[in-house]
Amino acid sequence: MIDIEKLSFSYDDEETHEKKFVIKELDLYIDKGSFVAVLGHNGSGKSTLAKHLNGILLPSGGKVYIAGMDTADEKNTFSIRSTAGMVFQNPDNQIVAAVVEDEVAFAPENLGVPPEEIRRRVDECLEIVNMSEFAKSSPSRLSGGQKQRVAIAGVLAMEPECIILDEPTAMLDPKGRREVMRTIKSLNKSRGMTVVLITHYMDEAAMADRIVVMEKGSVIIDDVPKKVFSEVEKIKEIGLDVPQVTELLFRLRSMGIDMPEDIISVEECEKVILDRLKGLKND
Amino acid sequence: MFKDITIGQYVEGNSFIHKMDARVKILLSLFYIIILFLISSPVAYAVFTAFTLFLVYLSKVPPKFILRGLKPMMYILVFTAVLNLFMTQGSTVLWVCPFWSTLKITKEGLTTAVLMILRLVYLVIGTSVLTLTTSPLMLTDGIEKILKPFEIIKVPSHEIAMMMTIAIRFIPTLSEETEKIMKAQMARGADFESGNVLKRAKAMIPLLVPLFISAFRRADDLAVAMDSRCYHGGKNRTRMKQMKMTVRDLWATLFMVGFAAAVIFIQKLM
Ligand SMILES: Nc1ncnc2c1ncn2[C@@H]1O[C@H](COP(=O)(O)OP(=O)(O)OP(=O)(O)O)[C@@H](O)[C@H]1O
Ligand SMILES: [Mg+2]
Repeated sequence: MIDIEKLSFSYDDEETHEKKFVIKELDLYIDKGSFVAVLGHNGSGKSTLAKHLNGILLPSGGKVYIAGMDTADEKNTFSIRSTAGMVFQNPDNQIVAAVVEDEVAFAPENLGVPPEEIRRRVDECLEIVNMSEFAKSSPSRLSGGQKQRVAIAGVLAMEPECIILDEPTAMLDPKGRREVMRTIKSLNKSRGMTVVLITHYMDEAAMADRIVVMEKGSVIIDDVPKKVFSEVEKIKEIGLDVPQVTELLFRLRSMGIDMPEDIISVEECEKVILDRLKGLKND
Repeated sequence: MFKDITIGQYVEGNSFIHKMDARVKILLSLFYIIILFLISSPVAYAVFTAFTLFLVYLSKVPPKFILRGLKPMMYILVFTAVLNLFMTQGSTVLWVCPFWSTLKITKEGLTTAVLMILRLVYLVIGTSVLTLTTSPLMLTDGIEKILKPFEIIKVPSHEIAMMMTIAIRFIPTLSEETEKIMKAQMARGADFESGNVLKRAKAMIPLLVPLFISAFRRADDLAVAMDSRCYHGGKNRTRMKQMKMTVRDLWATLFMVGFAAAVIFIQKLM
């Protein structure tokens, strides 16, 4: 689905006039239907990578192929952008129209889709993100989580195969975050949509099938969440965190209580701890 | 401060005026304004007033929305009234200031003042009826369609319409932001309320600078988000909501023309 080969991106520093690399010889292949979380420090190049996936930025070196199309080839631009939809961090800054349904219609209108078909897509996409009842509302009256779901619907209306989200929950409250994450997960699970989620929240990353950790423009870790988070010390060394439950079990372990290393969800953790407590009672 | 702006405050409804085609509505509103500036006799104004009230009734928009549109106009109204009242030269003097004899009210001054107020008020009511009964999208689409023929003289009709759409969309966002910055600056001791005009204008700088910076950042983000959704100007763009003219629009136009003829006839006669 997404094939990145030796991607480099550099810009000329204004003061020193030397080339600064934001991304350096990065290779990454993302399968159709997978859910990949991208982690990394501020400034590690995550957003820059994301902008390469739909041709907003073009590589200084290497190639990016989306569903086989080269992003550097200008005649692919619109097919690439409608194949790989992009959702951004600030919900206020990506909404164009003053009414929710017009916002969702924006992308298909740009693509020249016939009116009846746009209507159908708008209704369907609002249904998917569970925002049908707000079709006629003004986005400015919605909560952050609702706005972000409208933004997701606006991207889905292009009928993309892949959706890239750059910190979509960073500006939301816990409730909004849950709504948005539920939407993203169901897109991946029930519709087979390929999802690339850039995030700073470890519990969100734990929901993915695969985690890619970036550092200074390169991929330094690429594995399943259970593996990635089982090495708590290594993760902390990079300056990242682990999900809260993993942290809890890690501390219990360091107190000498034998706990498994590969627990990343609250449900699993609950079960493990309950089992231990039951074990203690029986003893 | 943006809260009083009526543009973009569409009130949903099902009235005759709501159902009219946006293009026809915009053109007829222009026509309404032209008539307004052509008449000056009291009788013509009386007829015009009746017509305006009829429009408001026909739109089924609660009058409080229309009054809300008039509120920010208060100062301008008072200002023009006072200026016209005292500045107009005339022969029939009604009142002279006992302390300063150049300050006087003439009969002509009084009529001009009343006329100007009525003109401004009807101007606002007329445009409010348009914006309150037409969704922002239809309004901008209508303007785009009306400007389309002027593309031969290089009028960027689509761009103008898109700019208006975005402006309408961002009015509430920026107003919220203004309030936030204002509170933040007030917490640091900024004073927006006291002092003379110059001092107050100066106090606006720490408000406007962050507001502009954030507006530019928003514009940047929005441009990327629009690009990501394949925006490439008006070429080959389709619209979900199509505009179509019906018999209703024909009747409205005929009615408007009839009314215009009648009012101008009355104006000439009396
Ligand atoms: N065209 C450019 N000109 C100058 N600096 C740039 C340019 N493009 C990227 N950078 C720099 O590259 C670095 C990486 O940026 P990027 O936005 O990709 O990081 P990020 O991983 O998304 O960070 P964050 O977690 O803060 O979102 C930043 O320090 C940024 O300032
Ligand atoms: Mg970023």
